[in-house]
Amino acid sequence: MELEFFLQQLITGLSNGMIIALIAIGYTMVYGIIELINFAHGDLFMLGSFLALTILGALGMDAWAGGGTWGGVLLLLLSCAVFCAGLNWTIERVAYRPLRASGKLSLLVSAIGASFILVNLGLFWGGLPMDVFAGGVAAAAPKDFPPLVPNTNLLGADSLVQLTPKDLLVVGVTLPLMLALTWIVTRTRLGKAMRATAQNPIAARLMGIDTDRVIGATFLIGGALGGFASVIYALYNNTISFQMGYRAGMDAFTAAVLGGIGSMPGAVAGAIVIGLVRAMSDGYLETRWTNTIVFGILVLILIFRPSGLLGSRAKEKV
Amino acid sequence: MRARVNPILIFFAVAAALPMFFGATGLFYDAFQSIFVFALVGLGLNIITGFTGMLNLGMAAFMAIGAYGFAILTCDIYPFQVGFWWGLLLSGAIGALAGFLLGAPTLGLSGDYLAIVTMGFGEITLDVLKNLEVITKGTQGINPLPRPTIGGWTIELQDERSWYYLLLLILAVAVLLVRRLERSRTGRAWLSIREDALASQCMGIPPKRTRMIAFATGSAVAAIGGALFAALLSSTGEPNSYDFQVSILALCIIIVGGMGSIAGTLVGAVVMVGMNAIVLVKLADWFGSREQSSSSNVLASPNNWKYLIFGLALILVVRLKPEGLLPPRLEGGTPALPPDASKPKSGVSIGGGGA
Repeated sequence: MELEFFLQQLITGLSNGMIIALIAIGYTMVYGIIELINFAHGDLFMLGSFLALTILGALGMDAWAGGGTWGGVLLLLLSCAVFCAGLNWTIERVAYRPLRASGKLSLLVSAIGASFILVNLGLFWGGLPMDVFAGGVAAAAPKDFPPLVPNTNLLGADSLVQLTPKDLLVVGVTLPLMLALTWIVTRTRLGKAMRATAQNPIAARLMGIDTDRVIGATFLIGGALGGFASVIYALYNNTISFQMGYRAGMDAFTAAVLGGIGSMPGAVAGAIVIGLVRAMSDGYLETRWTNTIVFGILVLILIFRPSGLLGSRAKEKV
Repeated sequence: MRARVNPILIFFAVAAALPMFFGATGLFYDAFQSIFVFALVGLGLNIITGFTGMLNLGMAAFMAIGAYGFAILTCDIYPFQVGFWWGLLLSGAIGALAGFLLGAPTLGLSGDYLAIVTMGFGEITLDVLKNLEVITKGTQGINPLPRPTIGGWTIELQDERSWYYLLLLILAVAVLLVRRLERSRTGRAWLSIREDALASQCMGIPPKRTRMIAFATGSAVAAIGGALFAALLSSTGEPNSYDFQVSILALCIIIVGGMGSIAGTLVGAVVMVGMNAIVLVKLADWFGSREQSSSSNVLASPNNWKYLIFGLALILVVRLKPEGLLPPRLEGGTPALPPDASKPKSGVSIGGGGA
């Protein structure tokens, strides 16, 4: 019983951790390249899940029964990824690029502004007069996301540990994405340009790299990952709300810092740790203290090891 | 040379005269009491972020600490019951202590990380307030709180005009003190740390201690703002009255008004809180009279536009008028640069914004 409970929390923690990892990569990539905490990223993720629910509602639930499920999931994943990538790119163009010369603080404030605008759009979106949004009557209320992926226990109905197709979906989506991302960053021309820009933007420009384009591409990729994350989050948790971007964003950002901001493997490792800490805290302590524990960890890490678990300690240039 | 009238004096003169013209309406007093309270919080944040250049995203936590500190010290369900004035002073001291305790281990962190630590602190504070119901009474809030007495005369809650002038007076005292501080040795050390920490360290200014003093002072001012916020309601309200949105409101106030400018903070509070407390309320009335069931349509409730307005205000001000509405004027007439903009660190500004 004790062991089963532990295993269950482990599975939940790992699955949630992998979702957080997808979001965390978006933070860490952007921070690595322009040293901006992209506050709007969590809310971008939130809007992605709203789009997923809208598509579900627009196409009707019948189309998704039986064998159509996985095709439908694929459609949601792709459309939300494209949507979030485009939106993230647009935000960079409109709210960040014009400010790049005016200092970090201005950029950060602009990002907070963008975040608030996205939250508000999410609130309005929840008021759409569609059945999936409960007719749009209570716009601010959390929305039920239909359980597309079955919740059957793959370990047998009488097993005390639950391993469901949902967990497999999370792993099946996140692992290939992370591998693809690693390939892009380490093996392609774009990846090389990204690393060069992150290391020294001025030198990268002098070497003929179009840094604006590279930064734009970074936002596209980070946004797309957020879009994927939004769909699997919605399918996994079956409830979405316009305020969830803040919470998810804080978790993901904590993960990125925990792993060493700017480091992609670090972000993934940090996210798994955060997912596990959340699950264990929910399971063994009280749920209401979980956020305090996560933030407490964040503060302690920043105090004692600001470079994170896998990050390298950078000396400030004078 | 054209003689410039001090905008701070104009603010207080206009504020003191306003009730004689507008008088009487509850909306006016509600809005301005709120403006004065948030001007205090903004004044505190201005010391930390405006003068010293440390981005603080957890100002609401210090407001909350002030409010709950005040409530626990004065409410009759607790043994202390020190009374309004002692409660107000001590809540400031508690705020300073909290600022010191948070600042001591974290003020060595670089800008972004400090911002995140303060934000995390805000979240932790909120959770503690919600969860420690034994002490904080959870969503009920601690109430009732005492009313201020001046020489045997008690200002009742309904006496809005007296509250208005009381808050205005407290704000004026705070502005006076902060202004003196700004020009003192400590204040000049804050500004120099903001402009260039390394250079000022070379000139013998200890960066950590200077930052710490700024952090504790700013927290104390915000905590007094929080205590007054609670005193006005005669209750701490529910913990969510001190959420992240409030921290952002404080940030909006100093950014819109002008980072590092006391007059700017006052104007920023009028603009931002005024928008919240007057424009949105008026809009709500207007919508309410046109449409009976404004709750069914999410767009019809002006309160639902708040995030959008805050967000646009932040982006537009940073983009179009980064120095704010009333930027600070340093002696010698050079306007102060916003923190960070003055030092082009490698890796921060990339290529000056395009080809």
